[in-house]
Amino acid sequence: MDAVAQWRNQWFDYTQYLRREGFLDDQFAQLKKLQDENSPDFVVEVVSLFFQDSEKLFNNMAGALEQNVVNFKQVDAYVHQFKGSSAWIGAFRLKNVCINFRNFCEAQNLEGCLRCLQQLQQESSALKNKLENLFRLEQQIVAAGGSIPMME
Amino acid sequence: MGMAATDSQFHVLAVDDSVIDRKLIERLLKSSSYQVTTVDSGSKALEFLGLCEDDQSSSDSPSVSPNNQQEVGVNLVITDYCMPGMTGYDLLRKIKESSSLRNIPVVIMSSENVPSRINRCLEEGAEEFFLKPVRLSDLSRLRPHLMKAKSNNQNQEKQEDESESSETQSQEQEQEHHELEQQQPQPQLQPIPPNSNKRKAVEEGFSPDITRPRYSGIATLV
Repeated sequence: MDAVAQWRNQWFDYTQYLRREGFLDDQFAQLKKLQDENSPDFVVEVVSLFFQDSEKLFNNMAGALEQNVVNFKQVDAYVHQFKGSSAWIGAFRLKNVCINFRNFCEAQNLEGCLRCLQQLQQESSALKNKLENLFRLEQQIVAAGGSIPMME
Repeated sequence: MGMAATDSQFHVLAVDDSVIDRKLIERLLKSSSYQVTTVDSGSKALEFLGLCEDDQSSSDSPSVSPNNQQEVGVNLVITDYCMPGMTGYDLLRKIKESSSLRNIPVVIMSSENVPSRINRCLEEGAEEFFLKPVRLSDLSRLRPHLMKAKSNNQNQEKQEDESESSETQSQEQEQEHHELEQQQPQPQLQPIPPNSNKRKAVEEGFSPDITRPRYSGIATLV
């Protein structure tokens, strides 16, 4: 089996794994559709933007949760924003944590909120890692002279 | 300089306070062959559309900078609902309350599926409500509204052309009639009843003090 075929197989396996484990849902495939010759790095750009933005949002959430009198509405607003961005890139697990997080905000449950924030940070870190692996695989395919498969 | 949009390209103004959403919406629209301008707030959107929102307290029609209208030529506004300050709904209302902008189709986007919110927007005159994340396939729903607005504009321009040419046949009667029109107080625009169909009624007649649009093509007008 030649190099391109090997890398492509790995790519298929990896994307299946990511879908199965809920790291990504089919919105990610929608994102890939927007990448073309006019915008060849679109997915990487959006993903980078997402993780930059999420750093800021996590800091904001942490800050808000540290206050003597916690403004849960404000925290909820940050989570809402993060949930929206997660949805755009198909970050399924992150989205789900956000749903729990928002419930805790509504219940004004500080413990629950803090746990969710921690979860978000962990999941975010994991997803970043997975996506870096995926992009690396794609680079390998291209470097070996192949084309990146379509995501179904 | 002439028109910002060519005859074959529609110009969409996208409004969203989130940088990621703006990036996505812009790409979605460009992939669908629209010319795109993005702004991060409702007030910036109104600025871009040439609307001075400060003057809207007493008059029915906020003042519009005619030069800006010429250059800009926005054919559709797509806006996020949840924005700090001026929400998408507020923006929608301001556009629909403006005699010069009310015919621009407006689409609202939201990440939350709240039926009462959706209905409110449609009743206020929004053409469509998109749930985020928006997909390429959703954008095909924009075309009919753009084509309709274009044909409305062309009809209105034809009407004005015809009425102008009949005036230059300058009968005294027509002269008087024309002067009379200008002396009358600005006619109240028909308020859109709250339960009306989401397709707005095309405005009947036109206010004498709105200058005849100087641009051609598909830019929206009164």
